[in-house]
Amino acid sequence: MSPRRLLTAFVVVLALVPVIPGVPVFWITLLGNIGLAALVAMGLVLLTGVGGMTSFGQAAFCGFGAYASAVLTVSWGWNPWATLPVSLAVSGAAAVVLGLLTVRLSGHFLPLGTIAWGLALYYLFGNLEILGRHDGISGIPPLSIGGYALTDPRTVHWPIWGAVIVAGIATTRLLDSRVGRAIRALRRGQLAAEAFGIDASTTKLIVFVYAALLAGLSGWLYAHVQRTVTQTPFGVSAGIEYLFMAVVGGSGQVWGAVVGAGLVTLLKEALQRLVPVLFGTGAQLEGVVFGVVLVALLQVARDGLWPRLAALLPARLRPPPEPAEDLTRRSIDTTRKTPLLVLDGARKQFGGLTAVNNVSFQVGRGEIVALIGPNGAGKSTTFNLITGVTRLTAGRVSFDGIEIGGTSPQAIARRGVARTFQHVKLNPDMTVLENVALGAHLRGRSGVIAAILRLDRRDEARLLAEAAKQIERVGLAEHMMKPAGSLALGQQRVVEIARALAMDPELLLLDEPAAGLRHFEKGALADLLRRLRAEGVSVLLVEHDMGFVMGLTDHIVVLDFGTKIAEGPPEVIKTHPAVLEAYLGGAA
Amino acid sequence: MDGTILLFLLQDGITNGAIYALLGIALVLVFAVTRVIFIPQGEFVAFGALTYALLESGRLPGTVWLLVGFGVAAFVFDLVALRRSGFTPARLTSAAIVDLVIPGLLAAATWSIAGMGLGNVVHFALTVALITPLGPLLYKIAYRPIADASVLTLLIASVGVHLALVGLGLVFFGAEGLRAPAVSDLMLTVGPLIVTAQSIAVYVVTAIAILALWLFFERTLWGKALRATAVNGLGARLVGIRTAFSGTLAFALAASVGALSGILVAPMTTIYYDTGFLIGLKGFVAAIIGGLASHPLTAPAALAVGTVESLAAFFASDMKEIVVFSLILPVLVWRSLTATHVEEED
Repeated sequence: MSPRRLLTAFVVVLALVPVIPGVPVFWITLLGNIGLAALVAMGLVLLTGVGGMTSFGQAAFCGFGAYASAVLTVSWGWNPWATLPVSLAVSGAAAVVLGLLTVRLSGHFLPLGTIAWGLALYYLFGNLEILGRHDGISGIPPLSIGGYALTDPRTVHWPIWGAVIVAGIATTRLLDSRVGRAIRALRRGQLAAEAFGIDASTTKLIVFVYAALLAGLSGWLYAHVQRTVTQTPFGVSAGIEYLFMAVVGGSGQVWGAVVGAGLVTLLKEALQRLVPVLFGTGAQLEGVVFGVVLVALLQVARDGLWPRLAALLPARLRPPPEPAEDLTRRSIDTTRKTPLLVLDGARKQFGGLTAVNNVSFQVGRGEIVALIGPNGAGKSTTFNLITGVTRLTAGRVSFDGIEIGGTSPQAIARRGVARTFQHVKLNPDMTVLENVALGAHLRGRSGVIAAILRLDRRDEARLLAEAAKQIERVGLAEHMMKPAGSLALGQQRVVEIARALAMDPELLLLDEPAAGLRHFEKGALADLLRRLRAEGVSVLLVEHDMGFVMGLTDHIVVLDFGTKIAEGPPEVIKTHPAVLEAYLGGAA
Repeated sequence: MDGTILLFLLQDGITNGAIYALLGIALVLVFAVTRVIFIPQGEFVAFGALTYALLESGRLPGTVWLLVGFGVAAFVFDLVALRRSGFTPARLTSAAIVDLVIPGLLAAATWSIAGMGLGNVVHFALTVALITPLGPLLYKIAYRPIADASVLTLLIASVGVHLALVGLGLVFFGAEGLRAPAVSDLMLTVGPLIVTAQSIAVYVVTAIAILALWLFFERTLWGKALRATAVNGLGARLVGIRTAFSGTLAFALAASVGALSGILVAPMTTIYYDTGFLIGLKGFVAAIIGGLASHPLTAPAALAVGTVESLAAFFASDMKEIVVFSLILPVLVWRSLTATHVEEED
């Protein structure tokens, strides 16, 4: 059965459940609770599983959605439906404020931050007069359609699961788009993403707000299903439970959220019934089981259950993309004679260590320049200075006559500077095609809403076709639909070159492109670079393979201990005494 | 508010802050050595406090059963690990001694002593002896099998451990809150201040514990092995330090520090099975201010947290927790901005 059919079957079964005679109301209520939890868990899948931001505070956003609607309907007499946009706006606004703060946090500071504001908000909900303090707000009106109140769990089942299905489809679509690729690149390969013009903080904020909106929607539904709101379900322990659901389901899997929510909700229900029977005492033992299961799961199946379920389905191999209209290319004026890249006294100090010591050189238009030197000479640091990854201590870097030193990697990428990395930075779980398409990110425009509504298909087809074209160009067409992590290291380096080419760069920075390549592959790479030069693209490369460098380049810059010791055409460098001394030591 | 109240609040804050400092230092230690963000540290505090309070009131603490249960579970984990690496009589014996014999002996000793009213020094020692082995056993059961996982995975595991321990706390200690008698009814009057013997005990024990930890890390081979593991786990292994042993040691220290904090706090406030979480988290706030790396920074940060908490409790008691936990956010932002850019780990 294809995934689409499976989804249709799932929807049909869900739609029919309430009208099947004999299904106890209790089960429908439970199913509703699963749906409410699945919405929050789905946001967490995107936030934690895909985006790599672990949040223990997600329940707080449910609180914002629920309390907003409770206050408006009870104190102000609003219609429940009219409060939906307000609930979403309140959760969204809270997410923007908390998100601006949270996404800046690095590493493990981020989840700790979510625990902190999750706790603070929990106590705030219980202490505000307007929110009814610890008693909360009760007497919330139910949702109603055409004067018919949806008070029966059988009827409110449809809006809940309708929301889950819509959210699942929207999230799946979002991930399968230009923005989705940027989101997926956040967790592994953020540095690479930024080198291709993706603004990591903005992308993180988008994910954060999206997850909060799903939680807010769940909170809004919860308020009108339960008809009463207190602080209890919006604390950190609820947040832990939602995270648990996402981990159980498989933290990177959209539909895993539904599986996780289902299992955890059922487990909780079963424990509440069984524990008093078995041990004679109730409360909190479920915490023990929960905790033990969570730790055991991390020990036994760190990827959650969904990947195991998905393995039962026939693997879905996507076909390579169809050819599409070409993307517009950057016009490179090959007649201009001013140098493209100029380093003027570039200097980088790490504390007492001077990694790059007042280095100056130029890369002309349509020129291949090599940066060589022994290990630790400062070549990669120089690359990082040019691409804005590392800040200059002193000196200037200008591109096409404009100062770029001190600007961000994204801004430099936008000017047409593409790079590869010495240590391959691909997302190993994404296909080669998707990794390369990330390079073309700046050449597309579609955003989140276009992706969810599928208005981005034309734009998307062009990006993917461009990526496919570059992959064919570097000779990896047969690997296009494989996960990038499955390729040999040398091939992964070539994928990085294809990704850089997908940006349609004017300057290409290659960090050891020939390392790990076989002889004939090196030949093919040299041919490719010569063709690019003929098109007017300039190339700056760091390379240790002297045969490769000498046969290809127009100009060579030699660094040793961070200082430029020589530069000139290959013939001069080959016999330059300072170079020989640096490489071979002493009078060779 | 007059100066006396302010002084009183400051004193109260510093007393609590001293305990947060102990916890914060233990958290930094565990994180540095094992990369585990040890959320359940607070549970050791609660268990320590409840154990001490029960012993003081002449009852047998549930810690005994908890310890034996943990030992049996750890033994099962050891058997599984041994099946992979091969059974030898020596390994089997050492596992049995660590997991079964020591907890069993401790349990038996407690069972025979409890109720004899041997005084608070014996109870103090017994509490520390009962809680300390829980740390290494917990490490063996929950963390060692995933020791190579990312910090985030370990953090989620910590949350699971926290949930489980709080639940076990309810099972073994009951829902009733306990308060131990103070070490002495002695009070000192220093100017306008009344200083209780209990707060003096807190200052003295905290100072001794911090000094002992410092000596341990600076002067002993084990301490140096722990520091080496903290700086570079792989490097430490290459020079022959067993990192699993370092982890065990770090957890033993954390558990004993938790027990100590619990004993100190037990006479000052009523402790329930779930009180530990909030106390531990405040130690966390301090540890994070210290960047989860610096012992010397963590201690003053903890005193500041205690002081802010006590001031907030006076001015806006409803908002106390909100103030303390919001305090951490600007610190986290500042920490993130000043932290050197680290390439993403996964």
